[in-house]
Amino acid sequence: MFNKKTGQKMKGLIHLGLVLALALFSLIQPGLAQKKMIQIKGSDTMVNLVQILAEEYMAKNPGAAIAVLGGGSGTGITALINGTCDIADHSREWKQKELDLAYEKGVRPRIFAIAVDALSIIVNEKNPLDTLTMAQVGSIFRGEIKNWKVLGGADQKISLYGRQSNSGTYAFLQEHVLNNKNYSPEVKEMNGNAQIIEAVTQDLSGIGYVGVGYLYDENGNVRRGIKVLKIKKDENAPAFSPLDKEAVYSAKYAISRPLYQSTNGKPSGLAADFIRFELSLEGQAIVEKEGFFKIGQELMEQNLKNLK
Amino acid sequence: MHSIKKKGFGRDLKESFIKNVFKISGLLTILTLLGIFALLLYTAVPAFREIDLKEFFTSTRWDPTSPEKPEYGLLSMLVSSLLVTAGALLLAFPVGLAVAAYLSDVAKPKTREIFKPIIELLAAIPSVVIGFIGITLIGPLIARVFKMSHGLTALNGSLLLAIMALPTIISISEDALRAVPQSYAEASLAVGANHWQTLIRVKIPAAKSGIIAAFMLGMGRAIGETMTVLMATGNARSFPHGFLQSVRTLTANIAIELGEVPYFTTHYYALFALGLVLFVLTFIINLTADLIMEKQKRKLQ
Repeated sequence: MFNKKTGQKMKGLIHLGLVLALALFSLIQPGLAQKKMIQIKGSDTMVNLVQILAEEYMAKNPGAAIAVLGGGSGTGITALINGTCDIADHSREWKQKELDLAYEKGVRPRIFAIAVDALSIIVNEKNPLDTLTMAQVGSIFRGEIKNWKVLGGADQKISLYGRQSNSGTYAFLQEHVLNNKNYSPEVKEMNGNAQIIEAVTQDLSGIGYVGVGYLYDENGNVRRGIKVLKIKKDENAPAFSPLDKEAVYSAKYAISRPLYQSTNGKPSGLAADFIRFELSLEGQAIVEKEGFFKIGQELMEQNLKNLK
Repeated sequence: MHSIKKKGFGRDLKESFIKNVFKISGLLTILTLLGIFALLLYTAVPAFREIDLKEFFTSTRWDPTSPEKPEYGLLSMLVSSLLVTAGALLLAFPVGLAVAAYLSDVAKPKTREIFKPIIELLAAIPSVVIGFIGITLIGPLIARVFKMSHGLTALNGSLLLAIMALPTIISISEDALRAVPQSYAEASLAVGANHWQTLIRVKIPAAKSGIIAAFMLGMGRAIGETMTVLMATGNARSFPHGFLQSVRTLTANIAIELGEVPYFTTHYYALFALGLVLFVLTFIINLTADLIMEKQKRKLQ
């Protein structure tokens, strides 16, 4: 009677398959199982980056197995609380509700910042606008500005694209740019960064938000069909593009955020070793290559403290 | 003598065994249904400790993760589900009935033997593939035809669901038309009616309940579909004012939010409440279809 052939279910099945495979593997190699196999789950913004980091790490450390799954920041944090993953990827901070739930269940999260992401606002390449202020972006996604004409563009209804509410990117924009106000109900909620880029490429009056890592194709060039807007902190501030790395490093680009991983208590074994690798010069070089940004001095010191 | 008796005894045992297996399978199905209903009810009811029943059924705003004030109103999604389904049936039913009439009355037996399995194969296309066609082909086409900036609309969902509901509608209507006794058609032809008149004035009215059942089952198929609409309709939460607007259906909303929701919170229970509404809706539709089909059977006997 129900037709729940949904993506979530498919993800669930794949997940189940992976878990079964891991379980089977651990039966075969009981001695290694404890330390040599970990499960990472969470943010879709981070899943490609962490997957590549894991592959590099596994190539250097034969015998180590790291499974990386997406699903959204909320999914990852929930999995860590429920004990179904070793490391949670999240592109937003823990909510108080989640922390309370974690403490209730005896989970003591330790949080590491592994990279910095800048959230980019994209429009169709034919859109005449180049720059928006933070306040304008907020108004657009709250549904207060409905026509491009108001901003000096063509007389066209603005067509909004965003992520679904399980996404850290969704929560980040809502918190930092929408000032914790509701999104417009007109926002079309897409299944991931790639779908938003695809939609904005086709939609002349479209606007969307995606992580900076998704702006580049495999050759490191900015994808065709979209325009990455420059953002001003306020009307009088200079405009910066998220493609300008210096501006992001120095926090001049307004919409940026750290990307986190959390473990239950002090990480040990493979998890600790993997996090150390991510924070190493080599790991951070991969972060840069994937279109994200290295973490600054202050965050790094905090990370090292958490590893001890 | 002895051996025959033994054989007979063995056959009795086998028969009663098989009979019981069938009986248990039947009971198991009913138990599963009751179990699902009980689970949904049990998990849905706690939602209403915090959500006002009136808000749930009459508010058009659904935003459980809102930092301002969580809102739980299903009306926009319910109307979206019904809108997309109605559109699908509007498209699929006339076409489906015409194909069914063609297969039962016009086509040669050989043509029919080739066509029917092919049509039924349409039902085997995975919904995710249909959704993909919606994103890459039908969506952009809608955008071009209606001169809109995008095609992720209710119409896109309706078109795709029409494709998915067609096999059900054709197959069952055709069975109903063929179940009309030959004597009806013969009598009609004998008094001088032509084939068209016989089909429209005699056979279709006689098969009416079966055709209505086909319609209802097609509706059940369309309203419960998830992946296709999730991919094709844009999932905007606003209240739908027409077919050229992005909509979010009940099924799509459950699929989007259930993966991320913290367990045993109001939001979690509320999603089960949506599931319960959907369950009751499809249950009523299927039950009505069954009753109508039963009526048809009795009438023709």
